[in-house]
Amino acid sequence: MVIPSSLKNCFQLFYVLKISASGFKYTANRGLILQSVSSDVYQNLAVEDWIHDNMNLENRQVLFLWRNSPTVVIGRHQNPWQECNLKIMRKKNIKLARRRSGGGTVYHDLGNINFTFFTSKKKYERMENLKLVVRALKGLRPQLDVRATARYDLLLDGNFKISGTAAKLGRTVAYHHCTLLCSADRFILSSVLKSPYKGIKSNATPSMPALVKNLFEEDPTLTCEMVMDAVAAEYARCHQIDHHITLINPADEIVFPGINNKTKELQTWEWIYGKTPKFSISTCFNMMYEQSLLEVQVDIHVKHGRIEVCNIDLPEQWLPPAMCNELEKNLIGSKFCPSETTALASALLRICPQNYELHSKWSLLCENVMTLM
Amino acid sequence: MAAVRALRSCSRTAGRLICVHHIRSCSSVRFIKSKYMSIFDKSAFKFSHQHRLFRTSAISNGQIVQFKLSDIGEGITEVTVKEWYVKEGDSVSQFDSICEVQSDKASVTITSRYDGIIRKLHYNLDEIAYVGKPLVDIETDALKDVASEEDVVETPAVSHEEHTHQEIKGHKTLATPAVRRLAMENNIKLSEVVGTGKDNRILKEDILNYLAKQTGAILPPSPKPEIIPPLPKSETAPAAPKDKGTKIPIPISKPIVFAGKDKTEAVTGFHKAMVKTMTAALKIPHFGYCDEIDLTQLVQLREELKPLAQVRGVKLSFMPFFIKAASLGLLHYPILNASVDENCQNITYKASHNIGVAMDTEQGLIVPNVKNVQVCSVFEIASELNRLLTLGSAGQLGTNDLTGGTFTLSNIGTIGGTYAKPVILPPEVAIGALGKIQVLPRFNGNGEVFKAQIMNVSWSADHRIIDGATMARFSNLWKSYLENPAFMLLDLK
Repeated sequence: MVIPSSLKNCFQLFYVLKISASGFKYTANRGLILQSVSSDVYQNLAVEDWIHDNMNLENRQVLFLWRNSPTVVIGRHQNPWQECNLKIMRKKNIKLARRRSGGGTVYHDLGNINFTFFTSKKKYERMENLKLVVRALKGLRPQLDVRATARYDLLLDGNFKISGTAAKLGRTVAYHHCTLLCSADRFILSSVLKSPYKGIKSNATPSMPALVKNLFEEDPTLTCEMVMDAVAAEYARCHQIDHHITLINPADEIVFPGINNKTKELQTWEWIYGKTPKFSISTCFNMMYEQSLLEVQVDIHVKHGRIEVCNIDLPEQWLPPAMCNELEKNLIGSKFCPSETTALASALLRICPQNYELHSKWSLLCENVMTLM
Repeated sequence: MAAVRALRSCSRTAGRLICVHHIRSCSSVRFIKSKYMSIFDKSAFKFSHQHRLFRTSAISNGQIVQFKLSDIGEGITEVTVKEWYVKEGDSVSQFDSICEVQSDKASVTITSRYDGIIRKLHYNLDEIAYVGKPLVDIETDALKDVASEEDVVETPAVSHEEHTHQEIKGHKTLATPAVRRLAMENNIKLSEVVGTGKDNRILKEDILNYLAKQTGAILPPSPKPEIIPPLPKSETAPAAPKDKGTKIPIPISKPIVFAGKDKTEAVTGFHKAMVKTMTAALKIPHFGYCDEIDLTQLVQLREELKPLAQVRGVKLSFMPFFIKAASLGLLHYPILNASVDENCQNITYKASHNIGVAMDTEQGLIVPNVKNVQVCSVFEIASELNRLLTLGSAGQLGTNDLTGGTFTLSNIGTIGGTYAKPVILPPEVAIGALGKIQVLPRFNGNGEVFKAQIMNVSWSADHRIIDGATMARFSNLWKSYLENPAFMLLDLK
């Protein structure tokens, strides 16, 4: 049962997190089950960071349960432009986060549960964790056909992916986290996880698209709370600890000193977009201007999320070459991001010759270049 | 005497080091976790490097050690190198991150086992690296008995806390990391210092007292060449107020020295464009004109209208009134809504009043404009402003919203300030900056003091085509509309 955090629990957690294993006679020495009260992906990822950096897991294991408001989470070495539809996400206010573990891109919402298994590096064992989840689910509903694959996915009915896995290994601590689709919005999931951007050449880790299904579709009586509780119970049984879920607030600087800095770092543009491995976009698009169709060839190289090389090939003399050069020159070094480009292009227009035709051509070109971002 | 003591403490340091390495190879309990260990090592190395007291065989330069990729677990034999955190020539400390590798959905941070300088990276990005094969070459001063074959299996006995425990032969001393560094730099054994803090914790004062008691103490002369990471909060007190009696030992200032470095980066992207715009703007000869507006009546009017706008789903601020009043004024003084060409040879009187509103966003200053204010009602202006503000804060404004402005108002007063000196945004010729609304005492017609809501406005205009009189008259008209909103009704289009 989930016991709400009383002050006493808070202090116990505080001490468990701060004091070394020898000091406290408490089953929390062997294991802890934590659940986040926040649905902010950055705060929750920061908890993972914090535990990874600060907790002593030599003789202890931790299970962390969390859920997020609609977010797309990409792996550490992935390219968001390649993985998801940033345009739809911006319109629908779906957040983008980059986690520190590897692996592919997933969509989170409150119908998806995340489990993170923290162990020492020695005890890092992904298959065991997944088998634990499968046992928990089968314990809840024995007729469920759930199994783990060699790729560390969980499949429902042999065909549908309900869980993906990723892991992060540090010097002494390792964590393995996985998702679990209970009642997520599949329609939004499939629309945001499809990239509309063409012509991207990149060495970033690609995702493997898969057919997905919700547990809820298989058995409508299953809820996220039930599943979380079942996994927690199985975890407690395996590690011989109290089946006691401690609620934690990821914004609490007292229990987690330094966590707000970690949260901030995970939200910076430099982390989310800037950590994208070098890539290039080479594509052409058509623009309609006063009843004529123009073909434009664009070649852009992006490093650390910023434009390194920019070539825009326009039909001869459509725009004065000086203006086109000005745009290319100024884009170099700028973030590969539509709002930055809009601001930049608008500012540059102020010092161009004031001519309605030029302005409308310039605006048209910039709008089109921005569709690549 | 001091030299002997230094020698003695150094060999004890060396002894400790040897002890450390021995312990490490036995895979048993380490006594100090994370970077403090490295500082411990490093300062000792530096000291020994300079004095060469304990080495029998002279090694002039460090030796190159090949740091092999250690076992990652789960039987993995190869990984892909995804990101390097160091490059050749960088100096690293033990436990610094060297690179990030990925294997089958697991991202692994590889940390250095040694202190030293990176001499060679064996792989490029996206290449496959093999477990057990060299990853980087590090030039170290390490003692030869560092076993390079085995895995570094560290088993820290203590969790990372503010107060780290130093266990030397079973003797536990409590001290903050900064205090420990202070002790290290002065070659003081913490076990020799009497702690006066809680639980016999050793405080900074205790170290200072200990030092003060030493006569003619030889203090390590060299400053640390590498960047000291920002110290924990407990140690940011400046070196200035250090009047601890007779001697003020020099190294005390070391832990408190601000080790920040100047950071130079290129001006790129939007900021570069701003540089160009502002450079062009300052070619315009500006003149300023300021005045004070009594908004008492407007404040009351807005209070009445706010809920009505709310019902229609629009947030009503003061700006829609300012904008509409400006447009009414521009009808009488159209030269303020004009534009001149490059050499100031032609003036174009713009028909539309596209009034720009300066907005502060993540990018910086952007100025979206409300189009055709001359045909909009105050409510329509308010709802358009809402739309622009929402898009602006989400970073989703389009080029159409950001271009075509003819006149600008900057409500800097929402942040603060009274008078300002705004810079005209080309190709416009005038701009107004609005200060904050303050409650100030003023005299009314009967000579009585009353509470007035006062706001200051600062106009700037292009003196090549606009003269002071025009600006003043425009300002007076704008002021009259705002001070007596009923007047606006008369002229409303």
